[in-house]
Amino acid sequence: MADIERLPYDVVVIGAGGSGLRAAIEARLAGKRTAVISKSLFGKAHTVMAEGGCAAAMGNVNPNDNWMVHFRDTMRGGKFLNTWRMAELHAKEAPDRVWELEAWGALFDRTKDGKISQRNFGGHEYPRLAHVGDRTGLEMIRTLQQKVVALQQEDGREYGDPEAMIKVFAETTITRLIKDGDAIAGAFGYIRESGQFVLFEAPAVVLATGGIGKTFKVTSNSWEYTGDGHALALLAGAKLMNMEFVQFHPTHMVWPLSVRGLLVTESVRGDGGVLRNSEGKRFMFGYVPDVFRAQYAETEEEADRWYSDPDHNRRPPELLPRDEVARANNAEVKAGRGSPHGGVFLDIASRLPADEILRRLPSMYHQFKELADVDITKEPMEVGPAQHYVMGGVEVDPDSGESCVPGLFAAGEVSGGMHGSNRLGGNSLSDLLVFGRRAGMGAAEYVDALGDKRPVAGDGDVAAAQAEALAPFERAVGENPYTVHSELQQTMSDLVGIIRKEAEIKTALSELEKLRERTVVVRAEGGPAYNPGWHLALDLRNIVLIAECVARAALERQESRGGHTRDDYPAMSPEWRKVNLMCSLASDENGQRIVVSKQPMLPMREDLLELFDRGELKKYLTEEELPPEAAAAGLPATGQPAAQAAAQQPPAREETH
Amino acid sequence: MGTKVKLKVWRGDGGAGDLVDYEVEANEGEVVLDVLHRLQATQAGDLAVRWNCKAGKCGSCSVEINGMPRLACMTRMSLFEPEETITVTPMRAFPVIRDLVTDVTFNYEKARQVPSFTPDPAIGLGEFRMQQVDVERSQEFRKCIECFLCQNVCHVIRDHEENMPAYAGPRFLMRIAELEMHPADTADRAKAAQDEFGLGLCNITKCCTEVCPENIHITDNALIPLKERVVSRKYDPLVWLGSKIPRRR
Repeated sequence: MADIERLPYDVVVIGAGGSGLRAAIEARLAGKRTAVISKSLFGKAHTVMAEGGCAAAMGNVNPNDNWMVHFRDTMRGGKFLNTWRMAELHAKEAPDRVWELEAWGALFDRTKDGKISQRNFGGHEYPRLAHVGDRTGLEMIRTLQQKVVALQQEDGREYGDPEAMIKVFAETTITRLIKDGDAIAGAFGYIRESGQFVLFEAPAVVLATGGIGKTFKVTSNSWEYTGDGHALALLAGAKLMNMEFVQFHPTHMVWPLSVRGLLVTESVRGDGGVLRNSEGKRFMFGYVPDVFRAQYAETEEEADRWYSDPDHNRRPPELLPRDEVARANNAEVKAGRGSPHGGVFLDIASRLPADEILRRLPSMYHQFKELADVDITKEPMEVGPAQHYVMGGVEVDPDSGESCVPGLFAAGEVSGGMHGSNRLGGNSLSDLLVFGRRAGMGAAEYVDALGDKRPVAGDGDVAAAQAEALAPFERAVGENPYTVHSELQQTMSDLVGIIRKEAEIKTALSELEKLRERTVVVRAEGGPAYNPGWHLALDLRNIVLIAECVARAALERQESRGGHTRDDYPAMSPEWRKVNLMCSLASDENGQRIVVSKQPMLPMREDLLELFDRGELKKYLTEEELPPEAAAAGLPATGQPAAQAAAQQPPAREETH
Repeated sequence: MGTKVKLKVWRGDGGAGDLVDYEVEANEGEVVLDVLHRLQATQAGDLAVRWNCKAGKCGSCSVEINGMPRLACMTRMSLFEPEETITVTPMRAFPVIRDLVTDVTFNYEKARQVPSFTPDPAIGLGEFRMQQVDVERSQEFRKCIECFLCQNVCHVIRDHEENMPAYAGPRFLMRIAELEMHPADTADRAKAAQDEFGLGLCNITKCCTEVCPENIHITDNALIPLKERVVSRKYDPLVWLGSKIPRRR
């Protein structure tokens, strides 16, 4: 194995998007030698695609906002399936993480009094999203990238080598985690440019690889989103939770076909845009579910008044959480009331003056003008749902980000729990920052606790990883990886998409079985240097594994909730709310198989439960889980007394380690 | 289905390479990157193309199309005549890794030389106060997606490799302008822009502005104002006199 480069580090962060960079910064600040593995060039990660903003209850626009209101909105958005401790930490710490970016040079849009401005978004009770026009993700990634560079400049002055303490390995992919016994000992992969194999020898690995979009045909995700971290974790013995919950964001371009799936930011609706069907009707009024009825307007007049007077009117239903809006869009098209290219109309042109649209939504204007010849200041956009995000992911300890495998941490989209069954827009960027930092800290503490007793990557395991990576070259004949991939995407979109039913999921599983057999015999032509065909051949292993997790969990969960809609079980069930579905890998005589098991949800802490009124909790929880009637006595049925009381207090900035 | 289009694609590695002819299917509404992907999936599985978001937001798929520096994902096929042969080559200013992928390390090295954002350390978390009109100047430059097309087209380095050590290029001169105009930055950057990053080499031909896919006014809003700051620092007689009078301790 002379041709494997061995690189010793304390912490290896796989992924260079928001959570990866934030984790790496934290590990470096804790004095750890840190490697950042970036599948693309530095600064190109999928985080750049985030448009709308970063949710943090700073209360700059509406002083009534605070972490408790944000926590409540997050739990409602996730239909109470969220790992509540994560939702709590997230709501409490997001403001500091945003302000920290500002201290590192980020330039968010401002309020009149010079603070960070905040915008409205689906499911958020108050204007809460820090933003920069509609390119917030770019601002975030650039700021984190520039913070890494600033740290490297410090290290250059101190050690004479800017990469002494933190180094970014651009265009590098990890294909296997290597363990010593139960614990992480390193990460094996290749450098894209040369095909050179590398072994990062490190006791702590932070997965920050993002999502699984390339499992589906129509997705807003980039090519990198092949579920690498999900699969690496599974293969290393970690558990994935709630993989059935896949977010189909309601508004993406549907035409031209070339850009089908290109995201149209929720800010369009946050800033006043409305959805209409082919009859010109604002159809969302017909799709407000019972659990949200009290908070959403019933008439267009009331909805329109809300933008200027949110204290005395209820929200427009276009700002329901994403799962609701996506299902509504889907239903309108199915009912034959869609737009010419199979979407619905999103209208901002008749709602805001042209110059205001250009100021608030410059990228959207640009995107439609250049790619579809549509001027969004004059005509409506045609939009439809596409795969956007996965709520499921690696089960982690909320405080430290550690998985059940010692030394393996996860943060951001690859981790599970935070968003429950459906993520609110804007909660992703803040998730990356809050839990990226925590995972970086957790990894650093783990390394400290290990002392000198570091696990060692065994030669046998490393050789096996290398053989696996080289296999696609060694087949004289074999299938084209692009063909297998495209068929898998079609299968998942057709059979385990936005609306699911038992028979279809079963068909998908048998199709996946065949695709898995085809995946292990794909062939790569050419050599190992910058060879996309080879890269896809290797990524396919991950895509197939994760597709099976999604399908198996989707078959198991017999209810509809958030990003999992079962045509044959349309109701939400309080019994199922108590259940997390866990995917793990088990070996038998037929090889490795995905196993799904049920794990009970930890009951919510009492002080957090008190933030909701009993009437609302009844819609989600079983009778036994509800707080005693007496505690809630005397509260108005629709009121939210705990939160209103909370709003009088200064925002809690509880110091958590 | 769609029509066949003729492509010439540069294939090869750092050492040698050539334009190779292909015929690939193209459909209505597609961009050049779609056609390159179809070429990859059907005829040339190992064709190296760098790309990521396919939405004009990440700046990865920079190439030259019929000699013009462009993002492949934002160049619509409808731009070309039906019979026209479309030639796709790698960016010329940077060394080729393979096929359409170039080594853009130069840019990351320059990025690391620009002194970082330097706020007043006394300002605590959440205490920055800036007006929208003041942040907007730097915000324009922060729209940059680092596609490096401006670096590639700038003749100071495109035709004169020898200038590379002394010249940061439009992208990073603009980064200096961005920090110089950042309302909360306290460092003085004009002198270094001239002496260390080669601002004087730029003779404002606006090629960078022309190829910028984000339509940033690089020359007018970043480079010229930065030059003005250098000039007023260097040649203003009062400033010159002030710099000659020793400060009392």
